[in-house]
Amino acid sequence: MANIIDDETIEYVGILAKLELSAEEKEAAKKDMGRMLDYIDKLNELDTTGVEPMSHVFPVTNVFREDVVTNGDGSSDTLANAPQMKEQAFKVPKTIG
Amino acid sequence: MSRQYETVIGLEVHVELASKTKIFCGCSTAFGGAPNTHTCPVCTGMPGSLPVLNRQVVEYALAVGLATNCGINQYCKFDRKNYFYPDNPQNYQISQLYLPICHDGWVEIETAAGTKKVRIHEIHMEEDAGKLIHDEWEDVSLVDYNRSGVPLIEIVSEPDMRSADEVIAYLEKLRLIIQYLGASDCKLQEGSMRADVNLSVREVGTEAFGTRTEMKNLNSFKAIARAIEGERERQIELLEEGKKVIQETRRWDDNKESSHAMRSKEDAQDYRYFPDPDLVPVWIDDEWIERVKAKQPEMCTEKMARYQSEYALPEYDAQILTGSKHLADLFEETVAICGQPKEVSNWLMTDAMRLLKERGQEVESLNFSPENLAKLINLIHNNTINRTVARGVFEAVFTDDVDPEQYVEEKGLKVVNDEDALKKKIEEIIAANPQSVADYKAGKQKAMGFIVGQTMRAMKGKADPAVVNALVKEILEA
Repeated sequence: MANIIDDETIEYVGILAKLELSAEEKEAAKKDMGRMLDYIDKLNELDTTGVEPMSHVFPVTNVFREDVVTNGDGSSDTLANAPQMKEQAFKVPKTIG
Repeated sequence: MSRQYETVIGLEVHVELASKTKIFCGCSTAFGGAPNTHTCPVCTGMPGSLPVLNRQVVEYALAVGLATNCGINQYCKFDRKNYFYPDNPQNYQISQLYLPICHDGWVEIETAAGTKKVRIHEIHMEEDAGKLIHDEWEDVSLVDYNRSGVPLIEIVSEPDMRSADEVIAYLEKLRLIIQYLGASDCKLQEGSMRADVNLSVREVGTEAFGTRTEMKNLNSFKAIARAIEGERERQIELLEEGKKVIQETRRWDDNKESSHAMRSKEDAQDYRYFPDPDLVPVWIDDEWIERVKAKQPEMCTEKMARYQSEYALPEYDAQILTGSKHLADLFEETVAICGQPKEVSNWLMTDAMRLLKERGQEVESLNFSPENLAKLINLIHNNTINRTVARGVFEAVFTDDVDPEQYVEEKGLKVVNDEDALKKKIEEIIAANPQSVADYKAGKQKAMGFIVGQTMRAMKGKADPAVVNALVKEILEA
């Protein structure tokens, strides 16, 4: 494996993904990520001069919806997912933006 | 302070678009619904749900881009901006990083310092987040996702502004353009227009930019001006003390008139953008651009010229009236009913503006109907009421949108045209004021004004002043 992921990186990626990893999981993830980067390196060996960057796997553009209200009151379905609820809203720990 | 500093400001302006539905689902965008009623699996980020782009959003973004002299990325697409926050149920915001819809535009602003172009770096489409309400009783926040998925455009300027005046002029210009296009109502108080201010200072004459901070939570032009002044001073003070400005996001507290750091660069904003695989790219062909161009409404400058030529209004009137789309609409609709453009303009520019100012309201909150203003003007025109009375009636129209005809009838405000009754009243007043009569006869014109005034007062303002004037003169000189 050409790419070695250090402890700091795996810690940082874990924080960004909001994942708490055990020591074993960290080691496994480091290996996986190293292999992924190796694969990307491999792809980078290809000469892509003159190749348009691909922005979607399907050659499709312009899938639109017309601006018409189709949904009614969705609050009961939405709030069914709330672990805690108050005044028809999701109750979460105090968060200041 | 010996050194001279220059303020360098760039703006990120978020505007909620006027579409009826959200950007990626058929939920309503109406403001003020009960919490979480305008939600569905798409705008609450449920696994397996599929966003589908609202065509109208592209149309509005395109219209704004064209009206601000932008180039259009005919091939544009959406990316995911990843972050965790309770107002963002997907844990990513769908936005545009790599190929935003519009780029490299400009608007022209006018301040006391002169005319200047402010360049626009780009305009991109994205979705709004939910709203966090801080509970008054418990130490918790409540999340309402009605706003989640409401379409936004973010207009990113270049760091071309140098003062609060220029920033306000730029925002007013953007607001005017967008309101004219009907792409948004741009209400700062309701949050349909929001501005983040990126500000740095540098010594006059230096080329390199200083370290900038970003300020959020600015919801009025006044707050923006105060925040700019406050942040400029804070940064200069740091530099004067030999300290460094830290690149950070700060939250402005308009009550305390100060800001505090929200997050600094240490807890990095690493958004790990990547193309959204749920959404296919957008291809805007030339024909689409031409169609939007052809549909662009008459903009402020053209309207101003037309008001002067078509309605023969002075430039000043035309400028004030076209300074707000709402005011211009009200003007045109009223003129369409009762004609007399100058008269309509006078009521809007003097009495309406005065009342707005007295009540601390904005032009956008004018909510009387053109029909009622037209009726009032017609009542004056055919001498049913005089101008003094009309001002009171206007206030009632302004406040409660009353029907002036009915109001004048009910309150008995019609002009008294009974000359005999008037003459009798004038004679009474003359008899009671021999000194004034003597003064008048001695050549003091003012004395006549006093008699006229007394008569108007006795008639409770309902007499026609011109008639009273003539009668008083006639009697005095008899």
